[in-house]
Amino acid sequence: MLDSLYQTLIYDNRYLYFLEGLKNTLIIAFFAVILGIIIGIIISLIRNYHDKTNKLKILNFLAKCYVNIIRGTPVILQLMIIYYVIFASVDINIIIVGILAFGINSGAYVSEIIRAGINSIDKGQLEAGYSLGLNYSKIMRFIIFPQAIKNILPALGNEFITLLKETSVGAYIGIVELTKASDIIASRTYDYFLPLIVVAIIYLLLTIVLSKLVNLMERKLDNVSS
Amino acid sequence: MLVVKNLSKRFGKTTVLKNINLVVNKKDRVAIIGSSGCGKSTLLRCINQIETPSDGKVLFEGIPLNDKETDINKIRIKMGMVFQQFNLFPHLKVIDNIILAPVKLGILKKDEAIKKAKELLNKIGLSEKINNYPKELSGGQMQRVAIIRALMLDPELMMFDEPTSALDPKMKLEVLDLMKDLGKTGLTMIVVTHEMQFVKDFANRVIFMENGEIIEEGSPKDIFNNPKSKELKEFLENICI
Repeated sequence: MLDSLYQTLIYDNRYLYFLEGLKNTLIIAFFAVILGIIIGIIISLIRNYHDKTNKLKILNFLAKCYVNIIRGTPVILQLMIIYYVIFASVDINIIIVGILAFGINSGAYVSEIIRAGINSIDKGQLEAGYSLGLNYSKIMRFIIFPQAIKNILPALGNEFITLLKETSVGAYIGIVELTKASDIIASRTYDYFLPLIVVAIIYLLLTIVLSKLVNLMERKLDNVSS
Repeated sequence: MLVVKNLSKRFGKTTVLKNINLVVNKKDRVAIIGSSGCGKSTLLRCINQIETPSDGKVLFEGIPLNDKETDINKIRIKMGMVFQQFNLFPHLKVIDNIILAPVKLGILKKDEAIKKAKELLNKIGLSEKINNYPKELSGGQMQRVAIIRALMLDPELMMFDEPTSALDPKMKLEVLDLMKDLGKTGLTMIVVTHEMQFVKDFANRVIFMENGEIIEEGSPKDIFNNPKSKELKEFLENICI
């Protein structure tokens, strides 16, 4: 056991693979979450604005297509299409490909979560905002969003945890993230057990920390209002 | 100041307002009465374009409101509205509810807005609630804060959509008293209400609506003591006053 631990982590500085994998997993997850939030906000606003005013018909149609396509196809296919088709002839950092693929994927889910959050707010709030002479974007920023965010935080937290784990799919196109790191080491030691257990524990720790952070934010928002 | 011309509103196949014509002059205190579902609230909502009219025109100081060229947000600043369900912003303290619009619209600086808000709160005796959240207030207090929130923009016209229907009798009084005080300042007001005693004391004009139409219009005396139409007579009998 000790020997196998030594083989997995210490010999040949193999722990560096895990560190490299952890770093890449975190980088991809972090920036993909941010990209996902930005896309999600834009898409949900387009769709909500269309629902409320019947304007932006074409953009709304495109937004709907985007959500349906992303939700209707496996993330691994999306990743491969972006890497092997869209960026086939472009020399691009594979980490960036990962961020783009997972961010675009997450954006579809985040947009649906935010849309549900906006719809959960009583329409009297929008009307009160209008009656005070505020325009749609100010009402969203100062009245609807701050209330919606509280309702959707658990769902958003869930989405971020899913995203963090989903980055493991990146191994498929050769991104050296955590799962790939364990694979590399296992192929050298011919022992799958320990490398897999090590990354499993790392994923578990990461998601526990993440859900604690989400809980903390929930409580903070709860104190401010409710 | 406000002219409503041949206004109609349909939701799908249901017609809620039929050919409404109405003129409101400066300093008018108009009460709109009628049974529930007769289109009173929809009329108010069509006036400030929260609901888009299906037909007809709404002119505010000569400006057509349901015209694409008109910046309706600018006009709404001059027409305050108070809702049955108060619609305070639950995530903001009383003071932030009140100063949100004038500050975000760039009409007042934050410290000016706070000063003005404090004066208004003081007038209605709610100074000590300044840092409370709406849910910590009673219904009557919430509605009075909502009225102040609208007054912060110095509206030329205030519209009240059944402002006391969600309140118990004691709270009704404090809200109605505040509205009477506002009427005395010469503010132009349109009030949709079921409080007949208040209508008698407060309004200089009463409009009776039924099935999306204006049936009768006149002074409180005309309407309550000398009803002409069958519909109004029936309505007044049913509410027994």
